Amino acid sequence: MTLRSKSSQNSILRTVQYVFCILLSIIVLFPVYMGIFGGFKSNGQLLSDPVGFPHPMYFQNYGNILKQTVGAFWQALGNSLIVAGGTVGFTLVVCVMAAFAISRIKFRASGFFRNYFLLGLLFPLAVAILPLYLQIRNLNLIDKYLGVILPQVAFQIPMTVLLLIGFFRGIPQDLEDACEMDGYGPLGFLVKMVIPLSTPILATTSVIILVASWNNFFLPLLVFNTEKFYTLPMGVMNFQGQHAADWNMILAYLSLAMVPAIILFISAQKYIVAGLTGGAVKG
Amino acid sequence: MLKKSNKIPLLIFLLAPAVVLFTFFVIIPVFKAAYFSLFKWNGLGPCVDFRGLKNFKVLFHDNIFQKALGHNIIITVISLIVEIPLALYCALIICNKKFKLAVLFRTIFFLPYVLSEVISGILWEFIYNPQYGFVKEFYTKFLPGRTVPALLGNPSTVLGAILVAVIWKYFGFHMSILIAGLQDIPDEVKEAATIDGASEHQITRHIVLPLLRPTLFISIFFSVVGSFQLFDIIWAMGKGDPVNSAETMVTYLYKFGLQRFNIGYGSAVAVTIFLLCLVFSIFYNRQMFKGEGK
Repeated sequence: MTLRSKSSQNSILRTVQYVFCILLSIIVLFPVYMGIFGGFKSNGQLLSDPVGFPHPMYFQNYGNILKQTVGAFWQALGNSLIVAGGTVGFTLVVCVMAAFAISRIKFRASGFFRNYFLLGLLFPLAVAILPLYLQIRNLNLIDKYLGVILPQVAFQIPMTVLLLIGFFRGIPQDLEDACEMDGYGPLGFLVKMVIPLSTPILATTSVIILVASWNNFFLPLLVFNTEKFYTLPMGVMNFQGQHAADWNMILAYLSLAMVPAIILFISAQKYIVAGLTGGAVKG
Repeated sequence: MLKKSNKIPLLIFLLAPAVVLFTFFVIIPVFKAAYFSLFKWNGLGPCVDFRGLKNFKVLFHDNIFQKALGHNIIITVISLIVEIPLALYCALIICNKKFKLAVLFRTIFFLPYVLSEVISGILWEFIYNPQYGFVKEFYTKFLPGRTVPALLGNPSTVLGAILVAVIWKYFGFHMSILIAGLQDIPDEVKEAATIDGASEHQITRHIVLPLLRPTLFISIFFSVVGSFQLFDIIWAMGKGDPVNSAETMVTYLYKFGLQRFNIGYGSAVAVTIFLLCLVFSIFYNRQMFKGEGK
C-alpha cells in the first residue's frame, strides 16, 4: 500500500470518528437540552412543540419554583447540602484518623483492622438495607439528618480508608523523624505534616463522597418520611408526583436540581474523573 | 519511639470512631440480614418464627422474583455487549493524540454520570412521554397517523426503554476508566510499532487491546455488579411496572421488605443478591488471574 492511500484512509477514518463523536454528543446532551428548555415553555407550548427552542421564553415555571410558590426547591437543596456536607466532613475525619493509625503507627493488629474495613467492599447497601432500616428506627433517627449521614459515612469507610492508607504509606519516614525531633508526637505529625501533604487525595475523596451523597436516593427514601427533610432527588420525585400533568413545571424543577451537580462537575471535573476512575483502577 | 502505655489510648482514640460506625451500620446489619432470612418476621415484636431455608425456597419458586432475576441478567448482558464496547470505542478515539476536541467530548460523555439517577430517569420518562415527549414529536414528524407508543407503559418495551437510559448514564463512566487504563500504556510501545510499519488499526488490535485487558476486566466487573444492584433509575422510571416488566432484584427487595414489611423474606432476597455478587466476584477473579498467568 502506498503512503498516500494510507494517509487518505486515515483521514476518512478520522472523519468517521468526528461524526460519530458529534452524533453521540447530541444524543447525550439532548435529554438535558429538552429538560432545561422545556422548563422555559408553557404547558401549551410544550404540548405543541416539545423539541424546538422556546419562543417566546416563558419564565414563570423557574420563577415560581425559585420563589417556592410551588414545591420546596430551596428546602430540598438545603437538605441535600446538610446531608452531603455532614457526610463528607464526618467521613474524612473518621477515615483520616483510622488510616493514620493503620498506616503510620506500628502495632500488631494493624493488618487485621485494614482487612476488617476492606471487608465492607463486599457489601452493597442493598444487602444491609432492611436491618439497617430497623436499626435507624430503633435509634429514633427516622426524619433526622444523622439517620442518613451516619450510614452513608459507614458505607464510605472501606473505599476511603483504602485510598488514604495507600497515600499515607508513601509519606517518607524522614519527615516523621524530623517532626519527632521538633518535639511533636504522632498527633502533631498527623496535623502538621500528614494532613497538609494529603490535600490532593483529600480533595479527590471528598468529591467522590460528595457526588455519592448528593445522588443517593435509596437511603433518604427510607429515612426521611416528612417532606421537610426531603433531599433533591426525593424532592424531584415528590414534585413529579404532585404535578403529574404539568411537565413544564417538572422539567423546570428537574433542571434547577441539575444545576449544582453540573457546576460541581465543571469546576471539579479533574478531581471527579480522577477520583471515580483512578480509585477504581489503582484501588 | 512511642511508649506502649501511650500507644493503646492513642490507637483507641484514632480507630474507635471508624470501627464503631462501620461495625454498627455495615457489619451488624449484614449479619442480621443473614439471620433474619431464616425467619418469618414483620419487623415488630420478637423475631421467633423460625423457618429454616423456606424463605429461599418460596423465593426461587416465585414468578416475579424469577422475572426480576431474568431482568437483571438481561441488563447485565446488554451492558456487556453494548455499553462496554461503546465505552471502549469512545476511549480509543479520545486517547488518540491526533484527535482534537478530545477533552470536550470526554466532558460531554461523562456528564450524565454525575446527574442523579432519579433526575436522569425522569428526564428519560419525559423523552418517552407519549403526549409531550420526543417520541411523540418523532411520530408526528416522521410517522404521522400512527399511534404514539407509550414505551414505558408497555410490558414488552419498558425494559428496553430503561436500558437506553442506563447506557446513556453509565457508558461515560466506563469510558473514563478505560481512558485511565489507556493512558498507562507507554507511548514507546506504540511508536515502536509505527516504525515497524503497523497501521493504526493493527496497533489497536494487537498492542493496545491486549495491554488494556486488566482495565477492561475492572470495567466489566463494575458493570456486572452495578447491574445486579440497579434500583434508583428503575424506581424513577415507573417502579418496575407495568406488571413487573422492569422489576429487578432490588426493587423486588424494596417492595417485599419495606413496603409490605416481610423482613424475613426481604432478607432472603438481600442474601441472594449478596451471594450472586460474591460468587461472581470469586469466579471472575479466578478467571482473571488465570488469564494473567498465561
